[in-house]
Amino acid sequence: MSASVIVFPGSNCDRDAAVALEAAMGKAPIMVWHGDSELPQSDLIVLPGGFSYGDYLRSGAMAAHSPVMREVVRRAKAGTPVLGICNGFQVLTESGLLPGVLMRNASLRFICKDVLLRVERNDTLFASQYAQGEVVRIPIAHKDGAYFADDATLDRLEGENRVAFRYCEAGGAVTAAANPNGSCRNIAGIYNETGTVLGLMPHPERLVDPALSGTDGAKMFASLVETLH
Amino acid sequence: MSGAAGAAARAQGLSDELIAEHGLSPDEYALLLKELGREPTLTELGIFSVMWSEHCSYKSSRVWLKTLPTTGPQVIMGPGENAGVVDLGDGQAAVFKMESHNHPSYIEPYQGAATGVGGIMRDVFTMGARPVANMNALRFGAPEHAKTRHLVAGVVSGVGDYGNCMGVPTVGGETNFDARYNDNILVNAMCVGLVDANRIFTSAAKGVGLPVVYVGSKTGRDGIHGATMASAEFDEASEEKRPTVQVGDPFTEKLLLEACLELMAEDAIVGIQDMGAAGLTSSSVEMADKGGVGIDLDLDHVPMRESGMTAYEMLLSESQERMLMVLKPGAEPIAERIFDKWGLDFAVIGQTTDTGNLVVRHNGVVEADIPLPALAHAAPIYERPWVRRDKLPAIAAEDVKAPDSILGALECLMGSPHLASRRWIYEQYDYMVMADTVQRPGGDAAVVRVHGTKKGLAISCDVTPRYCAADPQEGAKQAVAECWRNLTATGAMPLAITDCMNFGNPQRPEIMGEFVGAVEGMREACTALDFPVVSGNVSLYNETMGGAIPPTPAIGGVGLIADIDTMATIALKQDGDLLLLLGKEAGHLGQSTYMQVMMDRLAGAPPPVDLDAERRTGDMVRALVISGAVSAVHDVSDGGVLVAIAEMALSSNRGVTLEPAPGGVPAHASWFGEDQARYVVAASPDKADAIHKAAAVAEVPVRVLGTVEGDAIALGGEAPLLLSTLKAAHEDWLPRFMAHG
Repeated sequence: MSASVIVFPGSNCDRDAAVALEAAMGKAPIMVWHGDSELPQSDLIVLPGGFSYGDYLRSGAMAAHSPVMREVVRRAKAGTPVLGICNGFQVLTESGLLPGVLMRNASLRFICKDVLLRVERNDTLFASQYAQGEVVRIPIAHKDGAYFADDATLDRLEGENRVAFRYCEAGGAVTAAANPNGSCRNIAGIYNETGTVLGLMPHPERLVDPALSGTDGAKMFASLVETLH
Repeated sequence: MSGAAGAAARAQGLSDELIAEHGLSPDEYALLLKELGREPTLTELGIFSVMWSEHCSYKSSRVWLKTLPTTGPQVIMGPGENAGVVDLGDGQAAVFKMESHNHPSYIEPYQGAATGVGGIMRDVFTMGARPVANMNALRFGAPEHAKTRHLVAGVVSGVGDYGNCMGVPTVGGETNFDARYNDNILVNAMCVGLVDANRIFTSAAKGVGLPVVYVGSKTGRDGIHGATMASAEFDEASEEKRPTVQVGDPFTEKLLLEACLELMAEDAIVGIQDMGAAGLTSSSVEMADKGGVGIDLDLDHVPMRESGMTAYEMLLSESQERMLMVLKPGAEPIAERIFDKWGLDFAVIGQTTDTGNLVVRHNGVVEADIPLPALAHAAPIYERPWVRRDKLPAIAAEDVKAPDSILGALECLMGSPHLASRRWIYEQYDYMVMADTVQRPGGDAAVVRVHGTKKGLAISCDVTPRYCAADPQEGAKQAVAECWRNLTATGAMPLAITDCMNFGNPQRPEIMGEFVGAVEGMREACTALDFPVVSGNVSLYNETMGGAIPPTPAIGGVGLIADIDTMATIALKQDGDLLLLLGKEAGHLGQSTYMQVMMDRLAGAPPPVDLDAERRTGDMVRALVISGAVSAVHDVSDGGVLVAIAEMALSSNRGVTLEPAPGGVPAHASWFGEDQARYVVAASPDKADAIHKAAAVAEVPVRVLGTVEGDAIALGGEAPLLLSTLKAAHEDWLPRFMAHG
C-alpha cells in the first residue's frame, strides 16, 4: 500500500499522520506540497490537520482552491480513497467532496480532549478493524468542529448509512451531553456516497501508540492497510 | 556622516520633555551626549531610548543576575543568547526560555498573550531548534475583581490560538488568582525546542561585507515603544497605550518557523536574530555587537505594510513574525528561494561593515550613526538601593483554627479558586499535537517524548507567590525546589531552569530588596540542587499607582527521562496499593492554602526549605521511580498531603482509605501543612520493604498514609468523601466562574 499526505503551509498534523501511516504500512508515505499540481499515484490520499492557509477566512476554504486540491478532487471522484482529518475534513466539505460544513464550536472555544465515538459502520475500508457499534476513545482538537447540514442532507446521510462516527457516552448512547461541539446529530465523521472518502474531526493519528495513552486510532490505519494492502 | 546627523539634530532641537518621554533621566541623557559626542537626532534618541530601557538593558537587575549559577556539565549555552541550551545526550539538545508579556496582556489580553507566545517560540527557533512544547504561568487578580474574567478569557484564548495554529503543544503551566495582581496580571510563556547539538545557531554577525537580510512579515506601526512601555509603571491612562500592543499572526509565524528551519539545513547562515522587543533596532545592534562588526541599514528596502512611516517608526516598530539574518556571501539565492516557497518577504536591507557603527539611512538621509558599544554596553548599570524585609515569625499550628471536619475542609480546598481544576484552561490548548505528549496536563510535570526515541523531556513551571510575598528569599528557594521536585516526581533528572523575574518598581528600595532576596534564594537552591539558570527574563515595574505585585520569580525547569517506559505519573494504578508519605512532617500552616481558603487570610512565615533534605529525598524518589518500586508519585505542595492524595485519587478515579494522622502535630496541620521536600507515593505492598530500606539509607522519614481502594476518600470518624462529590467540587469552579462568576 502507498499513501500521499498533502502538506499545506499551515498543516501541522502532517508529521503525526505520516508517523501513524508508516507504523501501519511499514513504509513512509509521500509528502505532497500544496503548490504541486502533480499528485503521485497512491492508494490513499490523506488531508491532515492544521490550519492550511491560516484559516482566517473560513477553515479549509482557501485550501479547497489550491492547485493540488483540483487533482485530489479528480482522484477522489475516480475512486481513490481520501481521508480528511480535522482541517482535512473542513477542506473536504469546502471542496464539495463531502456535504455540510464545519462551524465554530457551540462553546465558541477551542477544545482539546479525548472523546468517545461510536463506530456507526464497519463495512468500509477505513473501519473494518472496528466492531459495529464499538465505542472508541479518540481525541479532538479544534475550534471549528460543529458539523452542520440542513435536515434534508442529514436525513439523506443517515438514509444512505453515511455517518461514520458519532460522539457518544461510554455505553454508546448518543446524547447531548456527549456532544463536545454542537455537531448536528452528534456527527463526528461522514462518508461520501461510495464510502471511499471519509472526513472526521477527531484525530485517530494521535492515539496509535501505547506511550500516548491509547491505541484506538491505530485500527483505522490497520483497516486501510488490510483493505488496500 | 555624523556631521550630517548632527546637523539634523540641531535642526530638531530636542526638548527636555521629549527626552523625558523617552524614559531617559537627565543623567542618562548626559551619558548619551558623552557617548555620542553630540546631540542625537530624534531617530537616535528613539534608538537609545529602547536600547537603554530596563527591558533591553537589564540596568537594574544585571548586577544581581550575574550572581546566579549558570554552568554545569549539562549546560551547552547559558544566558546571553536567545535561549539556553542543555545536553540531552546522543548529540541532541534542548533549547528553552521563559519570557513575560505582562504589560501588553493587561492592556489587550488576547493579542498581548498571543504575541508573548509567538515571541518566545521565535527565541527558540532562532537558535535552530524546533519548538516541541509550550507552557505558561499566568497570574490574575481576584476572581471577584471586575476585569478578571475578561482577562482570563482573553489571555487563555490568545495563548491557545497562537500555539494551536503553530502546531506546538501547550502542555501545561500554572494559574493563580490573587488580588495583588488586579491591576498587573502576569503572562509568562515558556517554550522548549529540540536541536542537534552541532546545529545550534547564534546571533553573532561575524564578517565584514556580508548581506543583512530581513525576512517574515512586513513592518507596520504596531508595538512602537513596546519595550519602553514595559519599563514603566501603569497609571490611569495606561489603557491609552493599546496602540503599543503588537498584533500576532500565528500562520505567518508557522511559515517563518518552517522556512528558517529549512534554510538552517543549508550552509547559508552566519547569524540570525528574531525581531522582538525594540524590533529592527535591537536585533541589528545585537548581531553586529556580538559579531564585532558595524552594520549599515538602508530602510528603503524594508518590506512595509503601510506607507509614510518614518525611520524612527520603522526602527522602533515591534511588528511580529520578523527575523534578521546575516548570510554567507552568495547565499542570497538559496535563502530567497526558500522564503519565496513559504510566501514570506525577503529583502537585503544592509550589510556588515568595519566601522563599528550602526548607520541607518532612509530616503538617502543618514538618520542615525551611533557607535555600537554605546548602545550595547554603555547603558547605565544601577546598583539600586535596597532594603531587606523583616522576617515574619512562624505561626504555630495550634494557633491556626482546626476545621469541623478534615474531609469537609478538603472539599472546600479542592473547590476553591486556588486549587480548582484548570481543565477549562488547558482544554483550550492543543496539548497533543506532534503526538509525543506522553504526560498530559494535570500531573506534576508534563512530559514530551524526544521524537523518535525513548527519551522524555519533563517540563514544569513553578512559583508560589504568597510565599515570595511573605519572604522573597525563602519563596524563591521554594520555587526552584518545587520545580526540581515536580520534575523528579516523574522520574526525570532535572537539568536546568529558565527564570522569569516579575517584580514592581526597582527604584523603590523595598521592591529592589524583594528582587535581591529572590536572587539570593534562587542562587542557594540552584547551587544545592545542581540546577543552573540557562536563560531568563526580567519584568520590572509591574505596579500601578504604588501598588506592586507580589514578587514572582517564575521558574521553568527541564529534566530528562532516559526511558519513558519508567516514567511515573500521579494516577493511582491498582487497588490494594499502599500510599506512603516520604519526607519530614512539621505541620507548617503559615502562608498555607488551608489558611487562605478556610480562614480567608495569610499570615506568618512560609514553610522553610531544607535543600539538603530536598536533595536526599528527591534523589531517593527518582531512584525508586526508575527501579519500578513505586506505581504513582505526587509532590506535596499547595494544600499539603491530603490535597496531593485527593489529586492522585481523582486522576485515576480510585479511592483511598486513610490511616489516622500520627499525632505529632495537630491533625489539620498533618493533613494540610505545606512542609517542603515531600512526596506521596503509591506502591504494591510487596515493594514496601524496599522503600523503607531506601528511605532509611537516605534518612528520609516514611509514614504509611493508607490503602488504595473504593470510590471515596475515607478517614476514621468522618463520613467518607465520595470521589464523585469531590470531583464535582474540583471541576465546577472555573467553568462556573467563567460562565457567570
